[in-house]
Amino acid sequence: MTSAVSFNQVSRHFGSVRAVDAVDLEIVPGEFFAMLGPSGSGKTTCLRLIAGFEQPTAGSISIFGERAEGVPPYRRNVNTVFQDYALFPHLNVLDNVAYGLMVKGVGKAERLKAAEEALSLVRLPGYGARRPGQLSGGQRQRVALARALVNQPKVLLLDEPLGALDLKLRENMQEELKSLQKALGITFVFVTHDQGEALSMADRVAVFNDGRIMQVGTPEDIYQRPNTRFVADFVGSSNVLPPDFVQRFSGQHRWGSLRPESIRVSSAASGDGVAARLIGTNYLGATTRLALDADGLRLHAVVPAGMALPAEGEAVMLTFNRESLHLMDEPA
Amino acid sequence: MSLDAAISRAPAPAILPGSGGLRGAFSDLFWRRPKFLLALMLLPPLLWLGIVYIGSLIALLLQSFFSIDEFSGLINRQFTLKTYGDLFQPANLDIILRTVTMAALVTFASAVIAFPIAYYAARYARGRWKALFYLGVMLPLWSSYLVKIYAWKLILAKEGILTWLLAKLNLLWLLDAWLSLPIVGGNSLSVSFTGTFIVFVYVWLPFMILPVQAALERVPGNLVEASSDLGASPGQTFRNVLFPLALPGIVAGSIFTFSLTLGDYIIPQIIGTSRLFIGQAVYSQQGTAGNIPLAAAFTVVPIVIMGFYLWGAKRMGAFDAL
Repeated sequence: MTSAVSFNQVSRHFGSVRAVDAVDLEIVPGEFFAMLGPSGSGKTTCLRLIAGFEQPTAGSISIFGERAEGVPPYRRNVNTVFQDYALFPHLNVLDNVAYGLMVKGVGKAERLKAAEEALSLVRLPGYGARRPGQLSGGQRQRVALARALVNQPKVLLLDEPLGALDLKLRENMQEELKSLQKALGITFVFVTHDQGEALSMADRVAVFNDGRIMQVGTPEDIYQRPNTRFVADFVGSSNVLPPDFVQRFSGQHRWGSLRPESIRVSSAASGDGVAARLIGTNYLGATTRLALDADGLRLHAVVPAGMALPAEGEAVMLTFNRESLHLMDEPA
Repeated sequence: MSLDAAISRAPAPAILPGSGGLRGAFSDLFWRRPKFLLALMLLPPLLWLGIVYIGSLIALLLQSFFSIDEFSGLINRQFTLKTYGDLFQPANLDIILRTVTMAALVTFASAVIAFPIAYYAARYARGRWKALFYLGVMLPLWSSYLVKIYAWKLILAKEGILTWLLAKLNLLWLLDAWLSLPIVGGNSLSVSFTGTFIVFVYVWLPFMILPVQAALERVPGNLVEASSDLGASPGQTFRNVLFPLALPGIVAGSIFTFSLTLGDYIIPQIIGTSRLFIGQAVYSQQGTAGNIPLAAAFTVVPIVIMGFYLWGAKRMGAFDAL
């Protein structure tokens, strides 16, 4: 099966800056694909390479098997939901949504009908006559989505579309985007720096750092089995354990990753384990996050709220299952 | 004495004492009544605008409703529309049509020339290039208007550099063909309407470039990308996004170029034919002819035209994006 998007050794350099550096990537048709990474990691540049706003310095890109280098954005059947929505301020909502059909020469009645349907799809029916300036952030976000979807793109690109929304709205939109993607069956490529968002929405996640892809996999792969210290740390702030420490438990001299929620904390007297000292607690509602010092190694543990905790500064004993200690590929 | 001791002995008050004196009192008053400060700041300019500026304009308007006694040359201070009727005499109507046509052509040409320059400055020029842009646009405004016009007279003259250049390029026939045309032609560019047009465009161009550049600067770059993303070719993006969003700037610029051309009386006097423009008509009517009412009526013409122009621009939606 041809990939929806395929990168073959794609680089994009800006002067001496390697924004995207020899990236290989296959995005499967119909999947919800997230590009996750800190700012400046190259994920947005990758998205812009797919959209056609950037051209690769080296390598080749194909979209559904067709070569895309040198093809301008307006000849790609790919649409983008921009980070700050980029709605046209001089057009009302309906004309904004109908814009793509208008420039393709679709008749007025037909395109306005399609735009109205797209607005219903994003649950904004009857908002057509308003101006973008009269809408809230969440509504603008939906209009931007409708404006892209009305063109029935082969691939929909979303550039941190939820970044500007408040937490509650963001959670709602995450669910909505996910179900919309399932219903429409369009390939979604979603850029975010929020690992929670990437894990909860995507079928597969690519973790970016310094213009390279560190790891591609299902959210579970990425979360449970990070292959590098960077991925372990960036996705869900795992405890990265140095090779000497790991050797004591696994016998292998390799970097390890241990999820904060896999660590059990008990008072110092009981049993064997890693001796540590509690140096801080951070109440998070459903859970409490503990900062621990194990002989100079800083660790974090997450325990359910309401559990009896030792006082700060007290000695504690840390235990965990051997299988939850994940050994990483990264050389020691 | 240590700082600690000082603090413990005299705890800092929660409310600081006022600075006292008249200045302190005024500061507090202005803070408490910000509208008072606003009124105080606006009063002098409003007096200037209201009395000196608008007032003299109204005085001018009133003059246009008087008439002149053709035998004595004295002004008859009786309300009449006769002076406005005089505007529709063929000779005067010619002056108005000629001026309006010239102003429209100058405005159109300025907009066409200004747009690419403004577009480059707003979207591509950065740092040093931007400074160079502003310098390039503003520099001509620093030198005297008269010097520039006389310089142009020399450039456009039959013995001037333009004719010389065209001769070197073997294109003199083109210039001769153009000059042999009716209305726009003449003995040389410096005594033709074409020359007047060129100099008008030259002199007013900065007034078009700057507002268009300001308007384009406010267009977020991602709107152009969004348009392209949605399938619009560069031409479609220009027509559907860039032009409508730059329109307020173009209208603002055209108000300058249009009204400045309507009112100017120096350029057509130095460069061009002996046929009059509105500005020259006003100049001669209030000067040598002493016909203040007709001069006033002539000045009302540009005001009325600009009024209609702005009304039309508003109806076209030129200010919707503001």
